[in-house]
Amino acid sequence: MIMDIPSTINETRDGLLSKKYRVVDLINAYLAKIARYDGQINSFITVCEENAYKVAKKADKLISEFGEKAFQDYPLLGCVVAHKDVFVTEGIRTTAASKVLDSYVPCYSATAVTRLDNAGAICIGKLNCDAWAHGSSGENSQFGATKNPWNLKYVPGGSSSGSGAALAADFCLLSTGTDTCGSVRLPSNYCGVVGLKPTYGAISRYGVIAMASSLDTVGPMAKTVEDVEMMFQAISGPDGKDATIASVKYQSKNSSFKIGIPKEFFGEGLDDEVRNNLDSVIQIYKKLGVDFVDVSLPSTKYAISVYYVIQPAEVSSNLARYDGIRYGNSRDAFGDEAKRRIMLGTYVLSSGYYDAYYLKAMKVRTLIRKEVSDVFEKVDAVIAPVAPTPPFKIGAKANDPLQMYLTDIYAATANLSGIPSIAIPSGFTKNGLPLGFQLMGPRFSESLLFDLGKKYHKEISYKPSVAKL
Amino acid sequence: MASIKISDIRHIAKLANLSLSKSQESRFFTQINSVIEHINVLCEVDTSDVEPTSQTTGLENIYREDNVDAISMLKPNQVTSGTDKIYNDFFVVDMILSEKI
Repeated sequence: MIMDIPSTINETRDGLLSKKYRVVDLINAYLAKIARYDGQINSFITVCEENAYKVAKKADKLISEFGEKAFQDYPLLGCVVAHKDVFVTEGIRTTAASKVLDSYVPCYSATAVTRLDNAGAICIGKLNCDAWAHGSSGENSQFGATKNPWNLKYVPGGSSSGSGAALAADFCLLSTGTDTCGSVRLPSNYCGVVGLKPTYGAISRYGVIAMASSLDTVGPMAKTVEDVEMMFQAISGPDGKDATIASVKYQSKNSSFKIGIPKEFFGEGLDDEVRNNLDSVIQIYKKLGVDFVDVSLPSTKYAISVYYVIQPAEVSSNLARYDGIRYGNSRDAFGDEAKRRIMLGTYVLSSGYYDAYYLKAMKVRTLIRKEVSDVFEKVDAVIAPVAPTPPFKIGAKANDPLQMYLTDIYAATANLSGIPSIAIPSGFTKNGLPLGFQLMGPRFSESLLFDLGKKYHKEISYKPSVAKL
Repeated sequence: MASIKISDIRHIAKLANLSLSKSQESRFFTQINSVIEHINVLCEVDTSDVEPTSQTTGLENIYREDNVDAISMLKPNQVTSGTDKIYNDFFVVDMILSEKI
């Protein structure tokens, strides 16, 4: 068994090519770590030991037969991935962290899963999350809350809670998440890893259990910007199964960068440690020759209200299909949060309230989109905190849904306007909890965001850190 | 905009095919009202000449060929693999009419 688990795709490949370890040894190491520590963290719902060994043996055979050439055909060969349990996986139980689907075994796989498999990645399991991806803390899972590996008393952020926690604990090299309003960026931020909320229309949602269809995106998560970029290259682009996906040639730019600082994201309610950390990030970018200008997104203050009309409306429609007839259990098995959102959504869509709430929210969404696109006439990207505070304690917001919803106040803009945003780790609080920031760019500017992220990490000589368990 | 009444909670639950316990009814009544109070802030925004946004791609009328082939189609046993309540390859559902004739 190897003691040092590699922290990047390149490290994994180098170790495999230099015969420092085999893929099977990597699986042994990850599974041993999961078995020993995941009892405390609860990041996995299902561990796929049998599948992992089966695929690992094939990968070892490919490497011994073709050496370096095997990695040209399979760029993620030997890389261990775990999927948020809203990605359907053929033959592997998929629960959405809800008791409604506690014994559901899909007969097909999501496009993102298939594409990662085809790139040589090895699925080691399915990750815990807020049930149906409804939540900001990971506490809404009907399989128990996930804990933050950096401090077990704190939340890992949600809804892709297991996706962030499993990376921070070194239970896998790569993970997938979904981001409807911060659900990739928040756990990335709270667990000290990198996560991308892509442009709406960049990555197929085929086979992803739908939450709010006009907002849902599939997001790659890993320990470095480079690895998230490699995952993005492997899973983005049309698949003929999600009609929103565009065929795009992603390009960055060579000239100087200009980043906007939106004053509405730095106002009242922003924690001092988060603010100071962002200031230091901005100073580093300035040192690298990046220009900063003040910009304004005045309708940001309405974003979370717009989101909490549109999202529950779409949730109530998407969750209507769970009737317990063709698969899954009856609607009685829904947890409180799913019921609450279905109720709220049904209310804002009901006769007499549709115009006042749903139509109104869709119109304010137009105003938010326009402000965002106007800002990107002036700047290449926008920098902002991911959340107003560092990770909070488990239970702190559990009985007050509105306070929990406000955790996503800085996340909603990217989802409502369909733009990409990358969450990047940038240090720790004095209590040892992760800090980070997000960079948002115009639609399909992922390459530019990756470049900016890599510049920052290169300048600070960033090394991914793993939580001590 | 109006706040929600406990009778509305029961009505919405019926529309959404959800059964709620008494304690859920009263809890949701308080919690949903506090969310509605928060989203009522949208009233102050002037949207008189604004078109609604229902999606952000700008794409319209995306079609695909309606191909029926062995690769993209599920087999009947796959379609019915999620439940034991099957009769001759059909799903068994509860009776929705109240009387048998």
